[in-house]
Amino acid sequence: MLRFLGFRLLRAAVTIVLVVSFAFVVLRLSGDPAQIIMGADAPPEAIVAFRRAWGLEEPLWRQYLRYFGAIVSGDLGRSMRDGRDAIALVAERIPATLALTIPALLIKLGLGIPAGITAALHRNSLIDRAVMMLAVAGFTVPSFVLGLLLVLLFAVQLGWLPSGGQEGWRHAVLPIVTMGIGGAAVLARFTRSAMLEVLGQPYIRTASAKGVPWRAVVWGHALPNAAIPTVTIIGFMVGSLIAGAVVVESVFSWPGVGRLLVVAVANRDLAVVQCILLLVAATMVTANLVVDLLYGALDPRLRQRTA
Amino acid sequence: MSGIALPAGLVGEGKRRRRWPVLVLCAMAWLGLMLGIALLADAIAPYAYTALDLRNRLSPPGATMLHPLGTDELGRDVLSRLIFSIRMSLLIAFGATIIGALIGTSLGVVAAHFRGFVEQVVLALVDFSASLPFLILALAVLAFFGNSLTLFVCLLGLHAWERYARIARGLVISAGAQGYAAAVRQLGASPWRIYGRHILPNIASTLIVSMTLAFPEIILLESGLSFLGLGVQPPETSLGSMVGYGREYLTRAPWILLSPAAVIVLTTFSVSVLGDWLRDRLDPTLQ
Amino acid sequence: MTLPLLEATGLTRHYLMRRGLFGRPVEVRAVNGVSLALERGRTLGLVGESGCGKSTTGRLVLGLERPDAGGVAFEGQPMPPPGTPAWRALRARMQMVFQDPLGALDRRMSIGAQIAEPLEIHRIGDRPERVAQLLRDVGLRPDQAGRYPHELSGGQRQRAVLARALATEPALLVCDEPISALDVSIQAQVMNLLVELQARLSTAILFVSHDLRAVRQVSHRVAVMYLGRIVEEGEPDAVLHDPAHPYAQALVSAIPHPGRRQRRVLLQGDPPNPADRPSGCAFHPRCPAALPLCAQEDPVLKPRPGDGRRVACHVAQGDLPARKAA
Repeated sequence: MLRFLGFRLLRAAVTIVLVVSFAFVVLRLSGDPAQIIMGADAPPEAIVAFRRAWGLEEPLWRQYLRYFGAIVSGDLGRSMRDGRDAIALVAERIPATLALTIPALLIKLGLGIPAGITAALHRNSLIDRAVMMLAVAGFTVPSFVLGLLLVLLFAVQLGWLPSGGQEGWRHAVLPIVTMGIGGAAVLARFTRSAMLEVLGQPYIRTASAKGVPWRAVVWGHALPNAAIPTVTIIGFMVGSLIAGAVVVESVFSWPGVGRLLVVAVANRDLAVVQCILLLVAATMVTANLVVDLLYGALDPRLRQRTA
Repeated sequence: MSGIALPAGLVGEGKRRRRWPVLVLCAMAWLGLMLGIALLADAIAPYAYTALDLRNRLSPPGATMLHPLGTDELGRDVLSRLIFSIRMSLLIAFGATIIGALIGTSLGVVAAHFRGFVEQVVLALVDFSASLPFLILALAVLAFFGNSLTLFVCLLGLHAWERYARIARGLVISAGAQGYAAAVRQLGASPWRIYGRHILPNIASTLIVSMTLAFPEIILLESGLSFLGLGVQPPETSLGSMVGYGREYLTRAPWILLSPAAVIVLTTFSVSVLGDWLRDRLDPTLQ
Repeated sequence: MTLPLLEATGLTRHYLMRRGLFGRPVEVRAVNGVSLALERGRTLGLVGESGCGKSTTGRLVLGLERPDAGGVAFEGQPMPPPGTPAWRALRARMQMVFQDPLGALDRRMSIGAQIAEPLEIHRIGDRPERVAQLLRDVGLRPDQAGRYPHELSGGQRQRAVLARALATEPALLVCDEPISALDVSIQAQVMNLLVELQARLSTAILFVSHDLRAVRQVSHRVAVMYLGRIVEEGEPDAVLHDPAHPYAQALVSAIPHPGRRQRRVLLQGDPPNPADRPSGCAFHPRCPAALPLCAQEDPVLKPRPGDGRRVACHVAQGDLPARKAA
């Protein structure tokens, strides 16, 4: 198990290093930082001074090491717009985003998994078709369209809820519902196909053939086995808690990390973009790591192999 | 996000029913219509998509016979803009899907052919791109490089490349290990012949199904980024950017964004239905 | 003395096998010092239980894999490394027939196109006529060229594979369990076909099989393999009527003979794990005649004093410890 853990940690570290290197390479490829930051019509001697000051004349590998060192020590640079520390800028937006994504995640789990299981257990029934029809609709309607339709209905026509901003819980309802419905649809489809796959296995037939009550077959054999693939996609959803709301935050003018990212991209505020990129990668990699460990708990085969 | 299976129940039980399900026929008809519009955009659009009609600004659908779907805040004809947006969005989605399939399949084949170190590098890249939400990655690249249509298409092409790479690698390894590929190899065939004439035709159906499953995702990505104002830039127009700009007039002129939104939804839905139906018919092994 | 068409000396091939996901890799000697020679127009039968390395030997002989030690010479020339142009060109001279004909054929191509493929690869002209001729040679009709593998029966598929293998008129044919996937009634047809084609084309055949009777029917010589080694080699009738090695005796006694009662040699234990080779003679833990010497010293394959049969066994050779000590 230790060995397994070590291997997974190593892979997680490699992914993080890749993301950092990706950011460095892209940063260097996208143009001369001195030109970008000082502006195109900066005097040449100022540019030379800037390059010397930031070590841009050193060989690339030393720049890379320095860059890496800065990131390890937590220095992600300053926003080019207001000169504030990029980390602080991003950190103060995180609570607002989590206020949307955590309730939305609960809706996805609470709606998507039961719907998928029910559909699979009553395959080809009316329930199955209805659930799947809704699920496909939820998947094919992009979140910005769904969000705007909800605004049109509940804010413009009925006037029940505000259309945007962040003043109280009423403002959070529409964005949460928008995200929750889309995610629940994806999860329902996934759960259903994982469940159907498991229900088609010989051991399920064996269990019900030897007289195990159907409820016990479902709870004891089908669900634990269907949980294994489903955990992967839930891990992905947990991993995108921080930045999974880019589009929805923009639709509802919600001042979260996603909105910050879009504004930073539009302004080419590279330090902020890079900070969010690393934050997302770290969350995602952590979530994947947890998923891998959960696999060990859910799948005895993996446990044995590592013993 | 991985391409998730549409239930067989929704599009008919492929094998048992020989006749074509109604839903699939509708999806095909809709896609045919979209393709026709995209190809004939210049001929059928009543106006240029940038033409202004300042006397009829924000005119609702049906208000004048001149603008059946209404006009936007500058008096531009929504129908004409919709037609050119369909062309732009389909062009981007087709281009990006093909780029993704080419890159992914080549890397997958290369990984399977050379194994060892090359394979590990490809797999590390696959891990890397599977570990980041693609939207974030795309936003980062757009921030660093700025935007141009070519870059945008190539960027979207990177979406799902790792899926093709994974599938192609797996299929090539299993094909090479057993049976026909080993048999042809020992006939003295060159690697080009083995891959080109035997392995690729045999795995093509699986790859085509993956392409139809990735296509709607690319349309959604393109429209999402364009909606955020980071994709297709004015004066060019796409379905997503129409929705994005129409959002300003949501209360006063909802028709500006409703028609492109409907086209996005119907198109992605049709391609999904078609892709799932194809998968059931051609390759039931794909999840 | 004429040079043999094929000469393999001291072939050794080991694989690293992992136990589980992170287990320490274990070395498995699939083939452990096999030497054999084959002349034009002759057939060597290679028999043994599954996992004894006979298929790997076939692949090494064809140069599909590189041996870790030892070498293969074809017409006196060393085998070029796999994948090189010289190796590919040599494929026209040596071909393989597979156990599973359906797997060996591309499902998406007609058998005619597949039989023509070696002709295209090696740029041999006159394709349509040659394909028709090949189809007739293996007992198929020329009009079946347009058929796809799934439209043919198992026997017909194996005939198509054979036609493809013979297209370039190879000097050497390695048949790896060519009949074990076929129905019994078809097995005889395919074997007769092999014998008949060999007589006409004077192809050398390495016939790998676990079926002793099939081997006897087609072979001029027989080699018995056990755990990566040849333990006995000789004329098929001699080996099968009067096997010298205890393992060969057990194999022969396992052939059912209707109406004849005979003492069966029952082997104890399972085939040993190739990753964990016993010391001395690899067969001694299961051998009914094992001597103390057998656990210590590995017997070599050499002619037996009496009749010159090649056997690797202390008992059959009469290497008694007392005599050895003297």
